[in-house]
Amino acid sequence: MRYVTVFILSLIFWLLLTFRLSVPNLIVGSVASLICSLIFTRYFITSVYKLVQPKRYFWFLVYLVVFTWECIKANFDVAYRVLHPAMPIKPGIVKVKTSLKSELARMLLANSITMTPGTISVDIIDDYLFVHWIYVRSDDPEVYTSIITGKFEKYIKNIIE
Amino acid sequence: MATAIFICIGVLFNIFGCIGLIRLPDVYNRLQSATKCVTLGCCSILIGVAIHFGISDAFFKALFAIPIIFFSSTVAAHALIRGAYHFGAKLDKRTVKDDYKDAVK
Repeated sequence: MRYVTVFILSLIFWLLLTFRLSVPNLIVGSVASLICSLIFTRYFITSVYKLVQPKRYFWFLVYLVVFTWECIKANFDVAYRVLHPAMPIKPGIVKVKTSLKSELARMLLANSITMTPGTISVDIIDDYLFVHWIYVRSDDPEVYTSIITGKFEKYIKNIIE
Repeated sequence: MATAIFICIGVLFNIFGCIGLIRLPDVYNRLQSATKCVTLGCCSILIGVAIHFGISDAFFKALFAIPIIFFSSTVAAHALIRGAYHFGAKLDKRTVKDDYKDAVK
């Protein structure tokens, strides 16, 4: 079941990307999707029934809005630090605990952190994310955990887990 | 008109990213500016392209390039920054905190 889902999703993605419904295109797309589904299904969500729960799509839309806003803020933040003559930076690598369990959710969280203002994820070891921060605003682990992961963790939990 | 605005914003952010690449002190901070600014810049340019072509094949291709760029750039940034740390690239002298040092030992 999971293999079939990955196959169909990647075939749809291929067809939208090439945007042509000719027979050679379909054959190439099927072969590529087959290879993708064989290799990458083990990274896919554990139960495909999560894909038909509308609640998750609602949270995904909320997440997209929050994320786009953070992303735009991140760009102005970086532009400000770069163009400021004195360059107000105070970089550091901080350790942040995450409560997400599945691999896909952690991947999404790490990618979100990379696109938010001033942070970029370095590594994940057990339950801890290591985040490079361009301006360390606080020394208290609780405070910076809520600043870095707090915004996204609850949405990602609702979407994937 | 909207096309021109989106493409101008995109080019502007790409320029900021490049300035950051030159001005910031070490590889970690440089990656910050390279990832964020250049990703949003490229996405903005792609949205401009999508608006310019209207509903056609180029529209869908441009919109589908956005998540691809997004995922590839974030994953590449993660791989580069982790690789740089393990290679031994020095953190800048203004760095105030390094929790990762204890974890990788």
